[in-house]
Amino acid sequence: MSRSLILGASLSSLVLLAAAISFVWTPYDYAALNIPGKLQPPNAQHWFGTDHFGRDMFSMIMVGARTSIAVALVAVGIGMALGVPLGLTAAARKGSWLDELIMRGNDLVFAFPSLVIAILITAVFGAGAINAIIAIGIFNIPVFARITRGAALSLWEREFILAARVSGKGAARISAEHILPNVANLLIVQGTIQFSLGILAEAGLSYVGLGAQPPTPSWGRMLADAQTMVSFAPHLALIPGLAIIVTVLGLNLLGDGLRDWLDPRIRVARA
Amino acid sequence: MLRYALKRLISLVISLAVASVVIFAVIEVAPGDPASFMLGVNAQEDTLAALRAELGLDVSKLQRYFNWVGGMMVGDFGTSYTYRTPVSQMIADRLWVSLPLALYALTLSTAIAFPVGIYAAARRGKPGDLTVMGATQLGIAVPNFWFAMMLVLIFAINLRWFNAGGFAGWDKGLWAGLHSLTLPAIALAWPQAAILARVMRSSLLDILGEDFMRTARAKGLSRRQALWRHGVRNALIPVLTIIGLQFSFLLAGSIIIEQVFYLPGLGRLVFQAISARDLIVVESVVMLLVFAVITVNFLVDLAYAAVDPRLRSRT
Amino acid sequence: MSLLEIKNLSLSIHGTDILKQVNLSIAPGQIVAVTGESGSGKSMTALAVMQLLPDGAKTAGAIRLNGSDMLGRNENDMCALRGAAIGMVFQEPMTALNPVKTIGDQVMETILIHKAMPPRQARDRAEEVLTRVGLPPDRFPLSRFPHELSGGQRQRVVIAMAIALRPKLLIADEPTTALDVTTQAQILKLLKGLVSEYDMGLLMITHDLAVVADMADQIVVMRHGEMVESGATGHLLQHMKHPYTRMLFEASGHQVYLPEPAQSRPLLEVTNVVRDYRLPRKGLFEKPGHHRAVNQVSFTLNCGERLGLVGESGCGKSTLTKAILGLEEVQGGDIRLDGQPVFSGHKPNLAVRRKMQVVFQDPYGSFNPRHRVARLITEPFHLLDAPVTGSERQDRIAEMLTAVGLSPDDAGKYIHEFSGGQRQRIAIARALIIRPELILFDEAVSALDVSVRAQILDLLAELCEAYELTYLFISHDLSVVRTITDRVMVMQAGKIVEEGDTDSVFSDPQHQYTKDLINAAPVLPDIGRDVA
Repeated sequence: MSRSLILGASLSSLVLLAAAISFVWTPYDYAALNIPGKLQPPNAQHWFGTDHFGRDMFSMIMVGARTSIAVALVAVGIGMALGVPLGLTAAARKGSWLDELIMRGNDLVFAFPSLVIAILITAVFGAGAINAIIAIGIFNIPVFARITRGAALSLWEREFILAARVSGKGAARISAEHILPNVANLLIVQGTIQFSLGILAEAGLSYVGLGAQPPTPSWGRMLADAQTMVSFAPHLALIPGLAIIVTVLGLNLLGDGLRDWLDPRIRVARA
Repeated sequence: MLRYALKRLISLVISLAVASVVIFAVIEVAPGDPASFMLGVNAQEDTLAALRAELGLDVSKLQRYFNWVGGMMVGDFGTSYTYRTPVSQMIADRLWVSLPLALYALTLSTAIAFPVGIYAAARRGKPGDLTVMGATQLGIAVPNFWFAMMLVLIFAINLRWFNAGGFAGWDKGLWAGLHSLTLPAIALAWPQAAILARVMRSSLLDILGEDFMRTARAKGLSRRQALWRHGVRNALIPVLTIIGLQFSFLLAGSIIIEQVFYLPGLGRLVFQAISARDLIVVESVVMLLVFAVITVNFLVDLAYAAVDPRLRSRT
Repeated sequence: MSLLEIKNLSLSIHGTDILKQVNLSIAPGQIVAVTGESGSGKSMTALAVMQLLPDGAKTAGAIRLNGSDMLGRNENDMCALRGAAIGMVFQEPMTALNPVKTIGDQVMETILIHKAMPPRQARDRAEEVLTRVGLPPDRFPLSRFPHELSGGQRQRVVIAMAIALRPKLLIADEPTTALDVTTQAQILKLLKGLVSEYDMGLLMITHDLAVVADMADQIVVMRHGEMVESGATGHLLQHMKHPYTRMLFEASGHQVYLPEPAQSRPLLEVTNVVRDYRLPRKGLFEKPGHHRAVNQVSFTLNCGERLGLVGESGCGKSTLTKAILGLEEVQGGDIRLDGQPVFSGHKPNLAVRRKMQVVFQDPYGSFNPRHRVARLITEPFHLLDAPVTGSERQDRIAEMLTAVGLSPDDAGKYIHEFSGGQRQRIAIARALIIRPELILFDEAVSALDVSVRAQILDLLAELCEAYELTYLFISHDLSVVRTITDRVMVMQAGKIVEEGDTDSVFSDPQHQYTKDLINAAPVLPDIGRDVA
């Protein structure tokens, strides 16, 4: 196992653990106001200090991790659940009108950055975490469809697929039995990367007010609140930013590490 | 070549048409009548009808769609529900901030990423490469709006080299305008440069393993000569795809960055419009952004053909 | 004095020994062939001369060009030598050229990078060498891109690049392996002509012993990085000392004896089959064109018969194979197995398909890497109405693995644990397991080393005896088809141009194309008598 895999896995599990623990325990109630104790820099009582309402930053970061992870994870789930079958179908029916339709549809969705989708949805239905999930999720669909189709197409050229067809297996069965297991590694790696992009996108959306709404804490929202106070309370901006960086960095390193670890060519060479 | 361009152009037009239908349909779902929203709950029925007629809301949905699209083609984006001014004018003012910002950032990110990616690929596995790769990992992980806040903290608040926000305006001269866009452009470009540098590097490394690179070396080219003469242009093909994608990220990203620097760009316009439920402005800005993305991808397709002769001869 | 002298060359890469004590020398105007099976280190020997070895390579010994050692040279000196004093030609013409540069630029680059002459003269020289290799500028302008040329033409461009500065030494690494037999003959003739014309030394790396015997003045046989035997071609062919050399030559011309076919009823009937591919539209409103890959093909294959199908790449033999297997629909004609059509309506006829199986070329791509052997070879059971399960399944697996010379214990292993030859045995086991009436071998031994190929051919002969196989053997390799079939068909540009008894077609070809094919194929010298 490579260093990046170990480092990435540790950073990611650190954040996941913090999010999980926040369900049963946080140092303080993340919503409890304490105006007299506001804007404390990090200290022994408040490890990450307090914000302009005197709320404990450490508790808010823990609960904010929950929001980020939930939004990004569900968005990856949407992208995979819809994108992978679309990609498999397009590859199985390569060159047909169905393939063409799926790929042109992909191009179209790609023309809508997730922020633009979020703007549209918010304009119509109002802001909220669900909108962020849908916006990021929609953007993930063509990502997974494309990568699945690309990998599946080269597999369809392989002779073991021809052998399966000679054995009378249909396209759906071959896709499930032979194609999917052989693209699974790729999807895991891409899923990790989309997860980290989702964290970034969620932070951006809630920063501009299109994501989770107060009182649900979210890292992007905390940064938006910190903006006017950055000159006299820089920890308010530094700490949520570092939380995002640690999470995204961890997931990216994990993705890179997994790619090397799961790559069969490298595995064989090592064996 | 012409045939290729024509084919791409047709697909551009189809994409734009479908995108406009999607945007129009989504906005149509929005509950409420803009006219009654603008005049308040106590408005008279005849005043409402008059306003509806003025806004062009009194015709069928199909008719409205075609009016909207037809208007956009001649530069008429309709009238803002809240300001009662032409949307095209509002957008044009703001575009002069957002578009230069996105282009400035794209230039910066490409100018940084190319040399860095080539440098890293040429020194694969050596300390220089490892340092660059570590730095790009960090670059990708940094949210651009947070990076922007840090830039403000350091360069505007502490060092006072730049203003913390606001836009000087182009009428004060090109330099003044660029100066106020520099920090935002750096904040936007930084993470994109990191991604682009990584793509450039891995694309070059793929090319380095190709047979024709070995042929080049067998001709007597040094590693460096082979990399520059045969590697870079072939490596550009995947890099161009990413540059095309990045433009849409930069345009979207500029909407967020404008918030950090209080820039009067499209982002500010669209967020004001959302809170005022000025849907016609939202609709038009979104269409414009999508138009920009689709057009840039069309240009990238043309650039492919310039780089790759195999595409030129194919139909 | 010799032009190139390799003395006690040893090479290791990341600590693994690749070459051990290799010695050879080449005089001007001489052709030295290094031959051996995969993993013998023959290509590494060539790359060592060019000093284009992979990272982590350590060399010992000496490589002298015109008396001066090259191993101690720095990279700048080597760059000056490469392309100027030593030219090199590679195996894969399809990928050896930069796709985004014109052929003229690429040939001129050799000249300009060495600052041998000003650009205008370089252009003239490029035209001159391209003409010399058979690509005159009036038909092949310098502004052509590689993708506009065929494989053979691209290989000519690569040769032109290598000889543009009249190097003293030319290295050719499997220069014709990727080419068709008629193209191969032309390229070999070109290389031979260039050697005598420019008085060059040619170091030729090839696995094909027939090519070696045909071309070389000197032969070096290698195995596992060591020289097994070397000497002047005529002498070495007469007096092979090492058993490995003898085995190689015997395996290359390996003959098998098939049992008498039981002539009986027709099994596969192909009548007037046409297969068209759509070409991309030329204009937006024009009708798409068609490429007729298979044109009015008819033949009959009887039960118990072993039929061969030979032809060069692009002749339509793979397309015909797919049509027979019912993988692609045909645009005209009829394919019947046992009287039943392989395609009924627009769907493949599964009742017919269970009577057919196939063995493919690539032993590495023919198996899902994630399944175990037992699952891999039982995949055709899917065609049966009743699933084969339990002990019967185990018995069938064990029987088949034993029949192809493997052990029943191998059923639990993954495919990456097997060598190329073993994988091809597993592919045969998979084809046999439902006892099909017809097996198609699609270039089934083409990717194998000669010694492994000989073993697989023996296995086929044994299986013919044990299971009374009927098969269609598709190959570009005439010598293999000659020994493994009773009857043969020759295919050219989608048509069957000649058909008949294998022996009579080969000894007395009627059609001009068949004659060309047989003449172009390099012939292995008849060594059997001399050795004995």
